[in-house]
Amino acid sequence: MTALNIPPHASAAMLAVVGLLLLASASRLLLAAKNPSTDYTELRLRIQSWWWIVGLLFLVLASNTQTAIVFFGFLSFLALKEFLSIVPTRMTDRRVIFWAYLAIPVQYYWVSIGWYGMFIIFIPVYVFLFLPMRMVLIGDTQGFIRSAGILHWAVMLMVFAVSHIAYLLTLPVKNPNAGAMGLVLFLLFTTQFNDVCQYIWGKCLGKHKIIPKVSPNKTWEGFVGGVLTTTVCAGFAAPLLTPLNQSQGWVAGLIIGLAGFVGDVVLSSVKRDLNIKDSGSLIPGHGGILDRLDSLIYTAPLFFHFLYYVAY
Amino acid sequence: MDKVLKIAVFALIIKPLALLMLGINLRGREKLPHTGPAIIAANHNSHLDALVLMSLFPLHSLPKVRPVAAADYFLSNRCLAWLSVHCLNIVPFNRSGQTEPGQLFATCHQALDNGDILILFPEGSRGSPEKISKIKKGLFYLLKDRPDIKVTPVVMHGLGRALPKGEALLVPFNCDVIVGDPLPESTDSVAFTRTLSLAFAELLPYCLTRHDSE
Repeated sequence: MTALNIPPHASAAMLAVVGLLLLASASRLLLAAKNPSTDYTELRLRIQSWWWIVGLLFLVLASNTQTAIVFFGFLSFLALKEFLSIVPTRMTDRRVIFWAYLAIPVQYYWVSIGWYGMFIIFIPVYVFLFLPMRMVLIGDTQGFIRSAGILHWAVMLMVFAVSHIAYLLTLPVKNPNAGAMGLVLFLLFTTQFNDVCQYIWGKCLGKHKIIPKVSPNKTWEGFVGGVLTTTVCAGFAAPLLTPLNQSQGWVAGLIIGLAGFVGDVVLSSVKRDLNIKDSGSLIPGHGGILDRLDSLIYTAPLFFHFLYYVAY
Repeated sequence: MDKVLKIAVFALIIKPLALLMLGINLRGREKLPHTGPAIIAANHNSHLDALVLMSLFPLHSLPKVRPVAAADYFLSNRCLAWLSVHCLNIVPFNRSGQTEPGQLFATCHQALDNGDILILFPEGSRGSPEKISKIKKGLFYLLKDRPDIKVTPVVMHGLGRALPKGEALLVPFNCDVIVGDPLPESTDSVAFTRTLSLAFAELLPYCLTRHDSE
């Protein structure tokens, strides 16, 4: 049974997440019973989708490393596709975009064989230099600069950044109680926890807008409260799920808190520029895949490199 | 037998492809007609249009959903004709102008009498990618003798980039499928094309893949 290979701290973390989801579902039912006239469809869909995401993720993590790497590769594909579908590209970029998609299996192959040197330069060096060359061969110079910029940014965000989640699984295990999946659970949970904390602090105390032009709902109170809560909690969770000690966990929490906010508002700016609210409709109640992945795009590489520097 | 083939092709190939390789931003699914006879009038950018639209229907109702397709193109060679007739079960339409005016819609009428849901592209051709061309009057004349039939407008966007006219390489992109309310009745062909154009124009802003950053 592969399912029995889950290390104790990782399975405890998974149980805790399931517990939180049960709590969310129960509160939703309670809310609906209290205010029968209010429409909670959106909230219901949102929580339902969370169950699916969490279920799928745990299943994948519990299976084996290769399956999990393929899963994150597929996530990169969905994210890149969604991003390239909403940003302006030229018809003549189609073939270049096809090559950009091909970078995904290659990048995740480096992850699967644990070749760190190649994993870290493949997209910033080789893909970066190759895509404009492929564009030159097509020969459409009208709008060349803009397309080259958009394409490279897309591949960096959706493939390079996201693939850091998968590389956590290939790192040597230094905390046998949590295993490789402990790192992934810590990153995903802390990132999501930070999103929720910033939202709740902002809802309760939010007064001073932080960047009204991009996200009118983001406030200094929400930002600071969220980052502090995340930092403190990460200090407790890190020794259980990662090789980091408590004070290193605080730093990791601070990094994730700050980076999560930045990822969120960077992707918000993209959507605002395009005059759209959601980037897709893949996840009911959430929007597109980018609406869920936004913070993670920033937290994954930054957490990874902090961890890699401190513990490896 | 063809029914089984069509369901199998959609269950095993087209539905997974439409969901995973392409990805659909769907709006207004509940407005799609469940039972025939009915007509879906969509804008046309790509060969994928009809396939994606059909993939939105549950497998059991798929045999009743049939795209109206140009006989001069889809029946032009044996291989394509076999696929069109047996896998997709198209309603062949002769747009070359050689048919008697009264006979032009014979195949469509037959299908509607049979209770089918027809997918029709009133622009007549895919035109230039991602642009809605002038709407032809054909659909109005088809409807003239059948006032009972509902026409549901659908706007699609993005597939012209995934597989444009004249290209063989499919590049994955999300596409939008926005379903509108059934059209009101029109008294003449000019009013009809205007109503349909307006309906398309109202649905177009819901498309996420339009990237209007200007």
